[in-house]
Amino acid sequence: MSLSVRNLRIAYRTLRGDVQAVDDVTFSVADGEIMGLAGESGCGKSTLGNSLIYLEGRMRHLGGTVELDGKVLPISDDRAMNRHRMRDVSIIPQYAMSALNPTKKIGVLARDLLKSRGTKLAKVLPEFRRRVALVGLPDSVLEMYPFELSGGMRQRATMVISTLLNPSLLIADEVTSALDVSNQRAVGELLTEFRDRGYVKSMIVITHDLSILAQIADTIMVMYAGKLAEKADAGTIIDRPLHPYTQALLSSLPEVGVRYEEEELTGIPGRPPSLLDPPAGCRFRDRCPFAFDKCAEEPPFVELLPGHQVACWKAAQDVAGSAEREHEEAAR
Amino acid sequence: MTRYFARKIGLYILAFWAGVTIDWAIPRLMPGNPIEAYLARFSLNSQGSWTALYKLFSKAFGYNLPLWDQYWHYWDNLFHGNLGISIYAFPEKVTTMVAQAAPYTLALLVPAIVLSYVLGNRIGAIAARRKILDNTVLPLGYLFQAMPYAWLALAAAFYLAQLERWFPVQGGSAVGIASGFTWAYIWGLVSHWFLPFLTVFLVSFGGWSIGMRNLVIYELETDYARYLRALGARSRLVRRYAYRNAVLPQLSGLALALGTVIGGNIVTEVVFQYPGLGHLIYIAATDQDYSLLQGIFIFIIAGVLVANFLIDIVYIVIDPRTRLSMQGAVA
Repeated sequence: MSLSVRNLRIAYRTLRGDVQAVDDVTFSVADGEIMGLAGESGCGKSTLGNSLIYLEGRMRHLGGTVELDGKVLPISDDRAMNRHRMRDVSIIPQYAMSALNPTKKIGVLARDLLKSRGTKLAKVLPEFRRRVALVGLPDSVLEMYPFELSGGMRQRATMVISTLLNPSLLIADEVTSALDVSNQRAVGELLTEFRDRGYVKSMIVITHDLSILAQIADTIMVMYAGKLAEKADAGTIIDRPLHPYTQALLSSLPEVGVRYEEEELTGIPGRPPSLLDPPAGCRFRDRCPFAFDKCAEEPPFVELLPGHQVACWKAAQDVAGSAEREHEEAAR
Repeated sequence: MTRYFARKIGLYILAFWAGVTIDWAIPRLMPGNPIEAYLARFSLNSQGSWTALYKLFSKAFGYNLPLWDQYWHYWDNLFHGNLGISIYAFPEKVTTMVAQAAPYTLALLVPAIVLSYVLGNRIGAIAARRKILDNTVLPLGYLFQAMPYAWLALAAAFYLAQLERWFPVQGGSAVGIASGFTWAYIWGLVSHWFLPFLTVFLVSFGGWSIGMRNLVIYELETDYARYLRALGARSRLVRRYAYRNAVLPQLSGLALALGTVIGGNIVTEVVFQYPGLGHLIYIAATDQDYSLLQGIFIFIIAGVLVANFLIDIVYIVIDPRTRLSMQGAVA
């Protein structure tokens, strides 16, 4: 078990009160697993990803534990966390294209960063060059300034720097979002390549784009309004989603999940609730076409089918119903 | 590289030409006539002698020629290092007067500006991270910067020199001590220098430190700083990067400040009666001394241009982005 997160709660301090961006989240990522983390903007997916490596000033760790390779990560202790950063857990940030200091050559930046982490650049230089070539950058990139590269090249350079120390867990935050479709595919393939070569053990790929996850993820976890909605194998999520939110998310996508040409793409009406003062019960209730009385109560995040966790009363009912029917049929 | 410098130098030459031309034109556009002002001192009775003297002096200073010829002569003389003769201190040469005043101004303002720049940047950068400094030094900086400078200078001159008599009230060196390399003379120079230096230093220190504090806070919030922290870089590294990037805009400000050095700080030198270029400008302006004013302005123009050119070069060294535009490539 590579990563195991239990009851994690993260809030943002704001002038109007705490915003619960990650609310009681429990999940795990296995060695070698690429877990996709999906959801719309503001659902807390980036906050969850960031909280595993670096809590920014406004973020507060309210509770829960994070374990990586059997060791507890001291996520709320910035100093103690430094030991784990880049070595055990690393990140390709959402802003990867502007993550490199514009006035430092990329090689110099890597040298300074590694020195600060207690390693000499010379020790990893051959590997550095090999990976630079792997992501399709020229060798001269080490002697170049970030502004001499295109946005996509900068992002790939960031990818290489972030993974130089072979972290156990890599958080890739919206790495494909700002890219055109062909580049998205290439970056997706690079991520799996990094995993296959053992540069990183496991990965959390944060995105709002389920089609890229269909391509590279082993499992997909869907978040809604700070809570986990559904988690299962990538194939299961895309072919047989149980949570109405996942279904709606998929039906708003052009590529994945649409089976018939006559079927129209639909958006999800309404907006997610404010996390400043979230409503009781299921948070998707107001936008859910299947909502019923029971939804006023908060649905637990439980395993309804083997390896398939869902937080939805309706799905629970359906699964129970079909199991009952099967049972009856078998009896008959 | 050569193309870049050729273009730059071309621009500087153009700017110099424009500056000198305006410098030549402005006194001639001012109301009044310097010869008349000069002759008024002689309290002449007869109209005849007045006219004769007027013609004589006009010819001596070349003001009887057509404007175009005056302009031409002006450039000609400039290239021969001749800035003309002062009317106010006739027959002293303008170059001699400027040469006498310039050391005072340079010794006063260069240390004040450079020291306030270096210290202000340091303190400002630290204040960006240390609440204590941010709450003590910075408000003082705001205070000194917001104060009308003339008022601060007058207050210092009045309390510290006039009332407390800690410092001499006016002048650039002690009266009655022969100039030379003696302790008494040097002490006189230093004690006269200190108050004007201090006031200029305080005011510019406030400006630099406030600017630097804000720039560093901004840099510490940028994406590259967040990335470094997320990857566990030591805060020293993050601060070093932030400082280095924050200094870039400050440098442009330094170029401007150094440029004005040459012209002196008129208010300072007038308040403390300090015999530098600023004081000389004041005299030249009140006495309508064309030649002197022009001579000093040429000094200022050259100073601003040279300072800008130097900072341009420093920029190329420390900001790689300017090097890119130098090769003509666009990112």
